[in-house]
Amino acid sequence: MARQTTKLDTKKVSAELFTLTYGALVTRLLKDYENIDDVNKQLERMGYNIGIRLIEDFLAKTNCGRCYDFRDTAEKIQLAFRTYLGVFPQVSNWSAANDEFSLLFDNNPLTEFVELPDHCLNLKYSNIFAGILRGACEMVQMEVTSWFVQDQLKGDNITELRIKFIKKLEDAIPVGED
Amino acid sequence: MIRSYNAKMIYNLYIFDKTGKLLFYTEWNRFKQSGMSRNEEGKLMYGMLFSLKNFVTKISPYDMKQGFLCFKTNKYALHFMETPSGLKFVLNTDISAQKVREILQQLYNNVYVNYVTRNPIHNLQDSIKSELFKSKLNSFMKQTHIYLSK
Repeated sequence: MARQTTKLDTKKVSAELFTLTYGALVTRLLKDYENIDDVNKQLERMGYNIGIRLIEDFLAKTNCGRCYDFRDTAEKIQLAFRTYLGVFPQVSNWSAANDEFSLLFDNNPLTEFVELPDHCLNLKYSNIFAGILRGACEMVQMEVTSWFVQDQLKGDNITELRIKFIKKLEDAIPVGED
Repeated sequence: MIRSYNAKMIYNLYIFDKTGKLLFYTEWNRFKQSGMSRNEEGKLMYGMLFSLKNFVTKISPYDMKQGFLCFKTNKYALHFMETPSGLKFVLNTDISAQKVREILQQLYNNVYVNYVTRNPIHNLQDSIKSELFKSKLNSFMKQTHIYLSK
């Protein structure tokens, strides 16, 4: 079994294939949903479903325990982007209460070949990230929300994803216990 | 039939999700059943783990993150591992088994994640029915140092 796993790991998918596949997916969604807001929502939902599984893979790969604080979480999110996408977003712009920060991307592998046409300027092309983060954090008892503040697709210099901590989700209590 | 209770052995395994649902149960060596349904037994086990975890954390003289690891009786030891995502793995072994936590960690890393989480048609809230998972779990357990086939 162990042998099989290593074989899978060395067989990497080409980054271009990945980027183009994501592009095809977004294009398909744009055709299926007339409304751009619906597309944004769908991307977020897909991301969520990826996130709730990806977190297990991440935990197994990195063997990391629970986060001490939200700064710790930020580092782990940064590490996750590095592990899964090979990008190194910078963590910055912390809010005073330490519950909000930004990830700054110099390049975004999802948008490498993308130019937004005029009729879908409010498309959040990489909104899948927001969903993944929400799903993954929810599985480790954190409710977060995230949104794009700046986007290279819309002419900004960098892509900035803002992440906000909302609340800690409590452990489930078994039936019949107080 | 006379059985030696001193041999190194794995007894049984429970996997719970974060809501306390028994996702999976299997046994290798269990010479006596608890006399209740598996479902009831799972609830009892989860309730005990939940209370014990709380108790251990409350009573601790220090702040701790992962408090409860295992307990031992004169016939068996119960080993407990919880992932940050709230999955709970419980493995009962004989009392001489060592380094069981490492086995639980590997079980999660190499078997659970590969054959449950990565299985796209498996719904994460459902109990695990996958035969592939079962057979991989079996072969994983058989190659661990605490497994002894009888």
